Amino acid sequence: MKKKNDLKGWLYLLPALLFIGVFMIYPLIDVLIYSVEEGYNFASQQYYGIGTYNYSYVLHDPYFLQALKNTFILVIITVPLSTGIALVISLALNSVSKLKDLFQTIYFLPYVTNTLAVGLVFMILFKKTAYSEGLINLLLNGFGIASIDFIEGPYWAKMFVLCFYTIWVVLPFKILILTSALASVNKDYYNVARVDGTSKWRTFYKITLPMISPSLFYLIITGFIGAFKAYSDVVALFGTDLNAAGMNTIVGYVYDMLYGNSGGYPSFASAAALILFLIVLTITMINLMVSKKNVHYR
Amino acid sequence: MKIVLDHLTKKFISRHNKNEIVTAVNDFDFEIPDGKLVGLLGPSGCGKSTTLNLICGLETPTSGRIFFGDLDVTELPPESRGVGMVFQNYALYPHLSVRQNILFPLENLKGDQKLSKEVMEQKALEAARLVQIDSLMERKPNELSGGQQQRVAIARALVKTPGVLLLDEPLSNLDARLRLQTREQIRRIQKETNITTIFVTHDQEEAMSISDLIVVMSAGVLQQMGKPQDVYNEPVNLFVAKFLGTPAINVFEGCIKDRGLYIGEDLIGHRDIEDQEVYVGIRPEAFDPDQNGPFRCRFDRVETTGRDTSIVCHNDHCISDEDVRAIVSADEPIAHKDGIIRFSLKQNKVHVFSKKDEKVIR
Repeated sequence: MKKKNDLKGWLYLLPALLFIGVFMIYPLIDVLIYSVEEGYNFASQQYYGIGTYNYSYVLHDPYFLQALKNTFILVIITVPLSTGIALVISLALNSVSKLKDLFQTIYFLPYVTNTLAVGLVFMILFKKTAYSEGLINLLLNGFGIASIDFIEGPYWAKMFVLCFYTIWVVLPFKILILTSALASVNKDYYNVARVDGTSKWRTFYKITLPMISPSLFYLIITGFIGAFKAYSDVVALFGTDLNAAGMNTIVGYVYDMLYGNSGGYPSFASAAALILFLIVLTITMINLMVSKKNVHYR
Repeated sequence: MKIVLDHLTKKFISRHNKNEIVTAVNDFDFEIPDGKLVGLLGPSGCGKSTTLNLICGLETPTSGRIFFGDLDVTELPPESRGVGMVFQNYALYPHLSVRQNILFPLENLKGDQKLSKEVMEQKALEAARLVQIDSLMERKPNELSGGQQQRVAIARALVKTPGVLLLDEPLSNLDARLRLQTREQIRRIQKETNITTIFVTHDQEEAMSISDLIVVMSAGVLQQMGKPQDVYNEPVNLFVAKFLGTPAINVFEGCIKDRGLYIGEDLIGHRDIEDQEVYVGIRPEAFDPDQNGPFRCRFDRVETTGRDTSIVCHNDHCISDEDVRAIVSADEPIAHKDGIIRFSLKQNKVHVFSKKDEKVIR
């Protein structure tokens, strides 16, 4: 009797299992296999041996190290800043009563705009050409600061544009999540706090923040993962030859290894992809451990 | 602390129609003596909670003054009024333990009022002991029953020893058995601390059973205030008479003719007032089955619920309900002839109200 039920259970699970197996588990295993096959040739589908050479190659590749550095800088700057700014804006939105809907719509607009289109607009804003200085440079000149080539100039300028752009793109979603989280906090908590004479700061720190902590935590985790996987934004700003621009990211490196000008190396690409996977996994685990103490689910 | 409401009025702009003004509290004028437990009673939406919020300071009145003792607190923010408030849903901070919840108001104190850690712990423990939750200090609110949560909320409101304790529908979220227990607890806590306490309820039985005084209100207007039994025995108008008492009072159309009080053809009593059409309210316990009694009804059935035996019958002049309900002693035989049952009536349980303004005529 029990056996029969087990079989039935698996049958019910079959569609989902098939789907996950074909589109998630098989590719994952395949990537793992690719990453340990040394000297794999795309055309002949042959390899010389099995080992860790691909990992060692990738980890010694200056382009990969540059991509790693870029990605980490991007993550460390944009995740805390964008979440913090989103929280400030949401708090402000939550406290205004007039025109609240209008402001919410305005803040949400960038979310429905195409990433590449926004990237192009940013490039036009920041780019310096032989014919024009770019809008931002004109503004800088107005303050008496010399023009900076943000798109093809020094590394810090390019990084600044990338971070600025990333923060701007992820803000609307974060604001949306946080405003709804703030709105769902029962007003009675604030009334009790008022009757008890709680200061504004303490109310925020002791009541508001713990109440919205699940949403905040969700944004931080997805923010980390999203920033680690950055690629299309970088292409929109700096074009496809990212290694030359020194602005490649890990995902960009993987893509280049597969399809770029120097491409055709699925083994290197797989090794790089697995390294990224391990990094994201580690960070997420750390996040989860920290959250156990500080996130309060109701 | 004595609380005086001086011609207090609160108007809101209607939520549905911006041009409409809703008067939630209309010209409230009464005094609550020190150390009493007062029930603010009325149907849903009659302005009870608004009154409570005005006293607490969460709402500011449109006109009128509020005094705590001799101090005018109308302009004071809630934190300066020295009130403790318990909300209907308790509003315990879910991420804090019982201890932290009770400590919260104390930790807010600043400047000269700031307390040392030991004193705070001591006070929190005292408050917890008072409401008998001192064994649950480390639990989170969601690990407590409704009644326990309620008591934590009361402890939190009491920990700063406020001059006034306000409870908004304190029992409405509890099941029937807990409600009985908790209302006794509230009574006990109030007597032990002797803090002037106002609680809001729409349940007349709840208000009647534990209050020193009840304040009956309807549609923002104060109807009657007094000791529960006095208000029950001598309602000033038809609304109060109908609102208090279960089963509800039976209301009939009647008239006064030559000093006689008639319902239909039946002369049921005498009143020294001029001839007019009136409403007659008769409490269910006023009926005595009596073969020679003056008041006739068509017999329907006898219902026994627990210790009460009630006779359900019909009368064409009854307007409160289809049925006339009479609560009688279970020992008496219930005799009826040809479907007609006769009652004599206890005159102090029969109230006569003017048809014009529904006020009592004595």
